[in-house]
Amino acid sequence: MAFSVEEVREKTREIVQPWKTGKGGLIPILQKVQETVGYLPEESLVTISREMKIPLSEIYGVATFYAQFHLTPRGRHIVRVCRGTACHVRGSLKIIDSVKKMLHVEENGTTEDLRFTLEPVACLGACGLAPVMMVDSQTFGRLTPDKVKGILDTFE
Amino acid sequence: MQIYRSHILVCGGTGCVSGGSKDVIDEFQKELERRKLDKEVLVVHTGCHGMCELGPIVVVYPEGTFYCRVQKTDVAELVEEHIYKGRPVSRLMYAGSEEMPVVPHYKEIPFYSKQERIALANCGYINPDNIDEYIARRGYEGLGKVLSGMTPAQVIDEMKASGLRGRGGAGFPTGLKWSFCAASKGDKKYVICNADEGDPGAFMDRSILEGDPHCVIEGMMIGAYAMGADEGYIYCRAEYPLAIQRLKTAIAQAEEYGLLGQNIMGTDFSFTVHIKEGAGAFVCGEETALMASIEGRRGMPRPRPPFPANSGLWEKPSNINNVETWANVPRIMVNGAEWYSSMGTDKSKGTKVFALTGKVKHTGLVEVPMGITLREIIFDIGGGILDDKKFKAVQIGGPSGGCLTEDHLDAKVSYESLTALGAIMGSGGLVVMDETTCMVDVAKFFLTFVQKESCGKCPFCRIGTKRMLEILERITAGEGKMEDLDTLEQLALMVRTGSLCGLGQTAPNPVLTTLKYFRDEYVAHIKDKKCPAGACTALVKYSIDPAVCIGCTKCARNCPASCIAGEVKKPHVIDSEKCIRCGNCKEVCPVGAVSVE
Ligand SMILES: Cc1cc2nc3c(=O)[nH]c(=O)nc-3n(C[C@H](O)[C@H](O)[C@H](O)COP(=O)(O)O)c2cc1C
Ligand code: FES
Repeated sequence: MAFSVEEVREKTREIVQPWKTGKGGLIPILQKVQETVGYLPEESLVTISREMKIPLSEIYGVATFYAQFHLTPRGRHIVRVCRGTACHVRGSLKIIDSVKKMLHVEENGTTEDLRFTLEPVACLGACGLAPVMMVDSQTFGRLTPDKVKGILDTFE
Repeated sequence: MQIYRSHILVCGGTGCVSGGSKDVIDEFQKELERRKLDKEVLVVHTGCHGMCELGPIVVVYPEGTFYCRVQKTDVAELVEEHIYKGRPVSRLMYAGSEEMPVVPHYKEIPFYSKQERIALANCGYINPDNIDEYIARRGYEGLGKVLSGMTPAQVIDEMKASGLRGRGGAGFPTGLKWSFCAASKGDKKYVICNADEGDPGAFMDRSILEGDPHCVIEGMMIGAYAMGADEGYIYCRAEYPLAIQRLKTAIAQAEEYGLLGQNIMGTDFSFTVHIKEGAGAFVCGEETALMASIEGRRGMPRPRPPFPANSGLWEKPSNINNVETWANVPRIMVNGAEWYSSMGTDKSKGTKVFALTGKVKHTGLVEVPMGITLREIIFDIGGGILDDKKFKAVQIGGPSGGCLTEDHLDAKVSYESLTALGAIMGSGGLVVMDETTCMVDVAKFFLTFVQKESCGKCPFCRIGTKRMLEILERITAGEGKMEDLDTLEQLALMVRTGSLCGLGQTAPNPVLTTLKYFRDEYVAHIKDKKCPAGACTALVKYSIDPAVCIGCTKCARNCPASCIAGEVKKPHVIDSEKCIRCGNCKEVCPVGAVSVE
């Protein structure tokens, strides 16, 4: 899913188009660009700035404020390990530690082969199944450290 | 409409989906078709039943038979026995007490029998993707009643009389809030639904949106009519993809039925609603930050006044309420204020939904009348503590709340009583903790959270929480001093008074309540260099009891630091110098010979 600079500009321009007249478009635009490109490359932010006539500094401010936005490439699969309260008291620290060991990455790190990115999150809203992690949009509950490997192995 | 003799309700909430409920639905469909029963029996995929611990959950109507932990492989038997031969399968029913080993009907399960479901009335009962099922359960009747016979002022009076207070945390009277926005002059007004639910350990709003999206939309429409708004926003966390998808479906269906759009039900009232996805910032749950975020800016709170009722979204008068608040509105309109205010306590009316989690047997979602005691929630509904360990504390209200103890279990749950104890009602997260939970660690946990989520605008919140966190880190590492406790208290008061929004103002609560109720644990960490709960890794020591150890070598094989020595069938020993305190040995030991201290 690697795009060239020109392609990034092109895609960004397409995404920006419907928002040019409305208001409050910046965050949805960033969300859409990230969904398409996988992250927010510099060229995309510059293009949004030109097209929307919003200062680049403001866009950068928004992109770095929200946990959802990423300025560097990310893995094909996002592993979100819940570090919320319910999961914490049911041992989520051990889960995240075992993911780290298995993938050899730190929190918010991406594996070298771009297969996984590990993200701690504050609560996945599935607290009844604590401890919980999400891989892409699938939720896995009642985890134990030894279940983690089997789950990650199913994601190529 | 097709009539079915039986309905099989399968939970499609996030909890049950991760337990495999989608496969269960498919299997039911296949099995019914195979037996040519698909014209007689309908499989409905519903929202959350609340008892997530026992998911996937299946309820068969008209009997109301409750099955739990149903797997794909159980389906053939259920269809064969229950549906075909009319013999409920007790193997899959809820296992009750000794007097009642199996509980066939869900209303008899203690988890449900003490509940009063108003906001959750339809969750787990209807198919959230089907507007007809909502309408059949008196959906949009409240809106009809309001549009056909009530003036906006009458609606607001009704809301005031109901005594409903905001369920998003602060408990501000909803009717009063609406009256401010209604009185505010403006050609354009907005109503907003706060579905940011950032409080870790809470999932009430998620379950309402996933299980009964229409009730939130209807509530917003009634509010919009009362305040003179014609446009609404639902600000929902991006972490809730299923909720967003169900909302989108609900909005499309309501539009198709003419319940959203121009001249609704043939009146002058028009309303459109948009969904905004959050982008992952806890502080965006704060109302002014949330509006900044909808406008596409950094979600930072601003000083109030001006209040949103006068200058909110795009500087227009706006009213923001929580998901659960909105969900109560249609029911109040249908059944009347008097009905609603007959439940609850003097100043806290109606019911509240709690997310019961942590070390409790039945985790899940419960809706109870205000005024119930914490003991009833945790022990009667929740079934007590997991593995019959000892109850230690319950954390209520999330990062802004506090930890309450055994002594407070008989306190009645209401806005006033919880605040008096130093906790808050908050959004409704109840995290139960047992003897193995370290309260200093819990305080550190919450502070780590608020420190990370502080938007950085107020120095007290930004730097003060950082300094407090450093102190807690020292204490849990065994490097604390007794003076640290005074410094913590001083800093806590400064952060509380020096912060603009609720995040900073309440950030010290978990520290203050644990210091107040569990001071001896702090002292043990500082003076004795011990963690009584055995949770703070720097302070614990693992050892193997030679009298119990059977020499199976399992611990040695699972030790990542290779610090366990011993021969087969002989007692093993841990070298504490090399031990990294991961706890693997304790977990794998088949005879419980490993202890922590
Ligand atoms: C840091 C912070 C986070 C908040 N998060 C939420 C939230 O996730 N959901 C919510 O409904 N209210 C949240 N609130 C409260 C809102 O500011 C606001 O009071 C509420 O949405 C009003 O709705 P209500 O009157 O129906 O409770 C938060 C407040 C603060 C200070
Ligand atoms: S705390 Fe982990 S899902 Fe809520």
